[in-house]
Amino acid sequence: MIERSPVFDFLTYLAMAVGAVLVLIPFWVTFVAASQSLQEVSRVPISLIPSDHLWENLQAAWQRGDLGPKLMNSFIVAIGVTVGKIVLASISAFAIVFFRFPMRMICFWLIFITLMLPLEVRIVPTYAIAANALLPFQVILDTLGVSGLVNALTGFQVSLNWNLLNSYPGLILPLVATATGTFLYRQFFMTIPDELVEASKMDGASPMEFFIDVLIPLSRTNMLALATIMFVSSWNQYLWPLLVTTDRANFGTVVMQLKALIPSMNGTPDWNVTMAGALIIMLPPLLVVAFMQRWFVRGLISRDK
Amino acid sequence: MERRAYYNNAMLPWLLIAPQLILVFVFFYWPTSQALYWAFTLEQPWGGGNSWVWFDNFLAIFRDRDYWSTVLRSGFYAIVTTGLSMFVALILAAFVDRSLKGTRLFQSIYVWPYAIAAPAAGVAFRFIFAPESGLIGAVNHIWPGIWNPATNGLHALLMVIVCHAWLGIGYNFIFFLAALQMIPRTISEAGAMDGARPFRRLIDLQLPLIAPTAFFLLIMNIISSFTDSFGLIDTMTEGGPIGQTEVMVYKIYFDGFKGLDYSGAAAQSIVLMLLVICLTFVQFKWVERRVHYN
Repeated sequence: MIERSPVFDFLTYLAMAVGAVLVLIPFWVTFVAASQSLQEVSRVPISLIPSDHLWENLQAAWQRGDLGPKLMNSFIVAIGVTVGKIVLASISAFAIVFFRFPMRMICFWLIFITLMLPLEVRIVPTYAIAANALLPFQVILDTLGVSGLVNALTGFQVSLNWNLLNSYPGLILPLVATATGTFLYRQFFMTIPDELVEASKMDGASPMEFFIDVLIPLSRTNMLALATIMFVSSWNQYLWPLLVTTDRANFGTVVMQLKALIPSMNGTPDWNVTMAGALIIMLPPLLVVAFMQRWFVRGLISRDK
Repeated sequence: MERRAYYNNAMLPWLLIAPQLILVFVFFYWPTSQALYWAFTLEQPWGGGNSWVWFDNFLAIFRDRDYWSTVLRSGFYAIVTTGLSMFVALILAAFVDRSLKGTRLFQSIYVWPYAIAAPAAGVAFRFIFAPESGLIGAVNHIWPGIWNPATNGLHALLMVIVCHAWLGIGYNFIFFLAALQMIPRTISEAGAMDGARPFRRLIDLQLPLIAPTAFFLLIMNIISSFTDSFGLIDTMTEGGPIGQTEVMVYKIYFDGFKGLDYSGAAAQSIVLMLLVICLTFVQFKWVERRVHYN
């Protein structure tokens, strides 16, 4: 801080306050509308003072959106993606950074390139694979003539089939199959001094012991950052769950329910219930971000270096 | 980046890296190559084989007027969203960077939009901007019919853009603030001694120094405007009125899954993929250069 003039300080606070209002308006309107009755919410412009119908609106939204089981699904997916990503990313980054093996760099690039194309961009072909996730292997076996061979020798017809539509693996696995975490872990592992590796070798620790006893504890901050980023982004997924779950009742996630909560064109414009639902749906990732801010900010930023 | 100390083991690294490689193969490389195949063949959605048609699918979409207006719209959407979001985030970061007392509170509030699902923000903004309710609807009481995103395509597009820009504020703010805080104080102080006012310092000192971050954000925002717009558009306008808020990803979804035109959707996907790859490539090049010249 260089200028200490009160006028400039005042300007700074003013600008920050305007910014805070800009950022908070949508949250506030959501909250206020969720607390109002149908009459109140239909007034134009709506009053920005909360009313006392919050609880009944939350209940109505919970009912209409069937939010209980949907929240459960969202939690399962978000935690599945988060855990899966952390485990896979850490072990594959460990292999890439701490081992020498042929084709190491090719493996790294094969994983790294996936950063380029987000799921939304390749949504149509990825959807096709969800009908049978083992199809690539079947094709490979067929082309190599293995299936023909097995069929001729044993009379057994090789047909690999794993339908991912309407299943948790279908919701989770494509989101795990990206390089975000691997890259983050790689960046962190590269900062580990060589001496640490040598010391643990001298102590007779195996690579896995080094990984579990030294690297995992050291990378705790990294893990929290990745966990926050992954939890938020998987909770907020919309297009992929929409496609992969045709059985909305059992496998739908909570974010997909938002559309069902919007009042229909000619129905009652009960936006209060819609907003109450939106409030419930936004809350978990918002809480995670608010509490984990310190760690995840660091993780986000280190991702681009 | 080469380590001096490492492990030699024939099996272990493969075991460790195999799960990730398998996932990436099944859910990334296979589908992407599949998309290429579809883009050059014509497939009947109800089965019955595909015939190789070379560039017909691409020619078909390039001849389609609707497709070009979708591309133009996506471009407009990307530029305005990115500009708006980055501008607001930069201003906020510049003020927060003064780190006056109580700044922390503002700082954590600005990050919040990052946590919000695009469709959730879409629902909130749809209500705020609804012509017959919410906040903005009030202008229709003063000048009837001046604002109606349900029938006016431009209004609808602006509504989605504002919402998208809002969603991006948190992410952009985090990066801008981090970049600003990494500039040594001495540089700003030297500037101040030379008589440069805060605004001048922002333009002449800080902005050039955070240019790499700004460039990174520019690309990330443009990519996000291609990819994250789906949730917003689907909850706010469903591409309407009469397709006037349809952007590239939405059209792919619509043609592929509603229209069952897999070949056309695959060709569109390839175009979008190439676009995103080019942007990422430019970004990598830039980051590389920054590393070399530092």
